[in-house]
Amino acid sequence: MSAGPGTFLGMPAFPKNAEEALEDSQLRFNLRKATHTIRARRQAVVDELPDWAALRAAGKAIKDETLRNLDRYLIQAEEAVTRAGGHVHWAADAAEANRIVIDLVRATGETQVVKVKSMATQEIGLNEALESEGITANETDLAELIVQLGDDWPSHILVPAIHRNRSEIREIFLEHMGEWGRPAPADLTDDPKALAEAARLHLRERFLSAKVGVSGANFLIAETGTLVVLESEGNGRMCLTMPRTLISVVGIEKVLPTWRDLEVFLQLLPRSSTGERMNPYTSTWTGAVEGQEFHLVLLDNGRTKVLADEIGRQALRCIRCSACLNVCPVYERVGGHAYGSVYPGPIGAILTPQLRGTASELDASLPYASSLCGACYDVCPVAIDIPEVLVHLRAKTPHAPAERLGLKVAAWTLDRPSRLRRAQRLASRLRGLLPRRRLPGPGAAWTDTRDVPAVPEESFRDWWNRTEGGAR
Amino acid sequence: MSSREQILARVRAAVAGAPEVRIPRDYRTTGAEAGRVERFAERVRDYKAVVHVVPAAEVAATVADALSRRGARRLVVPDGLPERWLSAAPSVERLVDDPPLTAALLDAADGVITGCAVAVAETGTIVLGTGPGQGRRALTLVPDYHLCVVLDEQIVPSVPEAVARLDPARPLTWISGPSATSDIELNRVEGVHGPRTLEVVIAL
Repeated sequence: MSAGPGTFLGMPAFPKNAEEALEDSQLRFNLRKATHTIRARRQAVVDELPDWAALRAAGKAIKDETLRNLDRYLIQAEEAVTRAGGHVHWAADAAEANRIVIDLVRATGETQVVKVKSMATQEIGLNEALESEGITANETDLAELIVQLGDDWPSHILVPAIHRNRSEIREIFLEHMGEWGRPAPADLTDDPKALAEAARLHLRERFLSAKVGVSGANFLIAETGTLVVLESEGNGRMCLTMPRTLISVVGIEKVLPTWRDLEVFLQLLPRSSTGERMNPYTSTWTGAVEGQEFHLVLLDNGRTKVLADEIGRQALRCIRCSACLNVCPVYERVGGHAYGSVYPGPIGAILTPQLRGTASELDASLPYASSLCGACYDVCPVAIDIPEVLVHLRAKTPHAPAERLGLKVAAWTLDRPSRLRRAQRLASRLRGLLPRRRLPGPGAAWTDTRDVPAVPEESFRDWWNRTEGGAR
Repeated sequence: MSSREQILARVRAAVAGAPEVRIPRDYRTTGAEAGRVERFAERVRDYKAVVHVVPAAEVAATVADALSRRGARRLVVPDGLPERWLSAAPSVERLVDDPPLTAALLDAADGVITGCAVAVAETGTIVLGTGPGQGRRALTLVPDYHLCVVLDEQIVPSVPEAVARLDPARPLTWISGPSATSDIELNRVEGVHGPRTLEVVIAL
């Protein structure tokens, strides 16, 4: 039903997707409204904390320290979870993680699971894997429900249905809720309250009878083995609390060393993501609690490859707040689908090519899906220098022969002042021959979106030498 | 090699030679003591919860009032809830969790009353820790109405002070206002799957 990573494969490169998205004026209107709302809210609650910069510095350092000693912390977390009655599984890739979850669900004899919104399970395409084994995964987050019912793709990390407005959501509910369970009331309006109420009624029975829950986690505390899930609606609490069996799929980079570290991240994350002082609900649990059976699946799926890149590894600090999406001028205009990954926006542009590699045209184009304005870096609560990683990845992706030649010539010219001077004089003399608007040949792509810069009659240096800085 | 060994080996190879990291903790680990209770009340109200600030002696009367205004007749009462909090509401039918209440019974209840483990003024957050008077997690999740009594001394100014007071071995639920969503056009709407009404009595 809902689209997993498989659906994204074979998508054309970002510029092509972006061009199509830009023509959808409804999408642009929805995105502009939503991103501007959340930006203002985030700013207000961040400004409220006098020590935001210190929290951000601590958050960055805690994550870096964790990654530096990740082997030790993973083993510590495994011991703590096991001691508290939980079971720990290790998955090197998506296929192995899916297999583990399928086998665990099978062992319960159930064919339905309820799911809390989780980026890790989207990344591995768990829903599709479960479906192919006859197990139905029911998404319970409101936005995920909208995406699942609409047979659509998520377009935002925090609010996967950000590209839909209220009247579109009403249509989706009216048309598709009945196929999955309790239908939407016939007189459903597009008032957000009424839409939320329809989702509540639709999912309630399923929650109360759920036997198996599947979640991700925002944090895993190595010292205590505690898992932490932040959410808003209470669907998370339902999925974590009501089922007899709980399976959490968690990326290995989600570890935090100590319980105390939460004092930093429980301030950074809510204010950065939903722009609230605190999200409505945060659940923490350690091992098997209240008679539940608990399984933790630790997921690599390319993360250790990212970790091996000295510049790129900072992307693993990400706590999935999505503040970078909300401020990005590119994301605001093209939306999340153009990125062709469950991780869209600036963080997706550096995470996806590192996790998946740059073999496909789409993945190779992602490091260019940015104007390098740096707004993402400014708002990142763990100070990921996204522009730095973008530039780093651009250098690693394949380049056209014409571009490589051009840069080689530029490097040679700029290497010596005498060469630059000669080149400038030559350009001045030949400036009459330059086309005004469009360059010919391979240069045409560059002038598609830019004018050819005007070449001056003489260089600044020559002018200065001739006039002694305008004195003569 | 097992996946466990494989992942750990990859991690070790990836970070070999990377420098150690020092963690600067220059942020505030305590908040303002002055105006702590007022700030907590104001911030819980910001989440559209109903808040009463009353002297400890008036908790029972405030609880009874709240229940009758709500029309709550069948109330889930967790083990260890101070008896005096319900002393002014003798006609309320109490649902106790022994044997454990089924989901259907919880769903049919008019509400739940609890205390809490700790509360945070800066963020307007209440933390439940399944201790006495708080009950297991489902008790405060399934009923549509949650009445919570918070004692003055349970309110700490900031998040770090709350984290320090809590026991990670217990399942914890941090509650900041009623259930809500921002999924429709990023506007906050109260009332999805958790209790749609949160009422807080702060006892001075």
